[in-house]
Amino acid sequence: MTSDSHAVHGDHGHHDHGGAAHGSLKSYLIGFGLSVILTAVPFWLVMTGAIADKAITALIVLVLAAVQIVVHMVYFLHMNTRSENGWTMMAMIFTVVMVVIALTGSLWVMHHLNVNMMPVHDMSQMP
Amino acid sequence: MSIATVSTQSSEPVFHVIDEHPHPEGASTMLGFWIYLMSDCLIFAMLFATYGVLGGNYAAGPAPKDLFDLKLVALNTTMLLLSSITYGFAMLTMEKSKLGATQFWLAITGLFGLAFLGIELTEFHHMIHEGATPQRSAFLSSFFTLVGTHGLHVTFGLVWLVTLMMQSARYGLTVANRRRLMCLSMFWHFLDVVWIGVFTFVYLLGVLR
Repeated sequence: MTSDSHAVHGDHGHHDHGGAAHGSLKSYLIGFGLSVILTAVPFWLVMTGAIADKAITALIVLVLAAVQIVVHMVYFLHMNTRSENGWTMMAMIFTVVMVVIALTGSLWVMHHLNVNMMPVHDMSQMP
Repeated sequence: MSIATVSTQSSEPVFHVIDEHPHPEGASTMLGFWIYLMSDCLIFAMLFATYGVLGGNYAAGPAPKDLFDLKLVALNTTMLLLSSITYGFAMLTMEKSKLGATQFWLAITGLFGLAFLGIELTEFHHMIHEGATPQRSAFLSSFFTLVGTHGLHVTFGLVWLVTLMMQSARYGLTVANRRRLMCLSMFWHFLDVVWIGVFTFVYLLGVLR
């Protein structure tokens, strides 16, 4: 089934091939082309050091990675809001929220622990 | 399926019927597998968080800059990306019920997967040979855990791939086999998504650091 017929049947109460809506050759090739670019550019940036400022390079690399993840989700995993009546999207949004909380929480807490524990405080002076 | 088509004309409410109609076999497999992938995603998120916390603790040992060969990582990334598109081709030929072509693309996907694993194991072997073992520092422990877990997923994906190729060869592209191939497709593309995180956070940002 192509994505077009999927859209036609989208208003059914139920459809049995929901989680993995199928892509077409075109969508796979678009996804592949975008992925190649989004992979090649960050590798090129880091390997050649094209941008002198490392912080800017890191930021660009991170943004490109985020874009590539979305590209993979859409073109390879065929994510959309219709499949399984939106439950795949709901599950993914839930997971993303969990991941963001877990990642930022861990890094934030551990960073503060590091900062506060690094110099050897005299703990007897603490209130 | 048939219930939804009559619902517009009749005045009788049908919510109950829609909720309780029997599900055909495998109707919820895709959603269930997707939820499994999301839970797998949480595992990787925790491993990424661990690496994020410990990744800078070299214990006077080797740092990413000394260890990582970005050319090798770029090659590895290419292998996985190519295996993703060839799996896509396998799915497209499967939809056209071409067994031979599907098997061909699955085999190509498997070879790219094997190449990926081979390159990764070469890299690991090289690192361990240089004394950069998981025991050396917290950075290396978290590195081997994160990248190793991904490699293990790819390994099991390959086992699954070979199993499904044998199943398809024996029973053809039956409804069940198509469903299984679709699950593996999601698994395989998901691993590629995780690898984007790995090459970005571990390798590229590690070398930049």
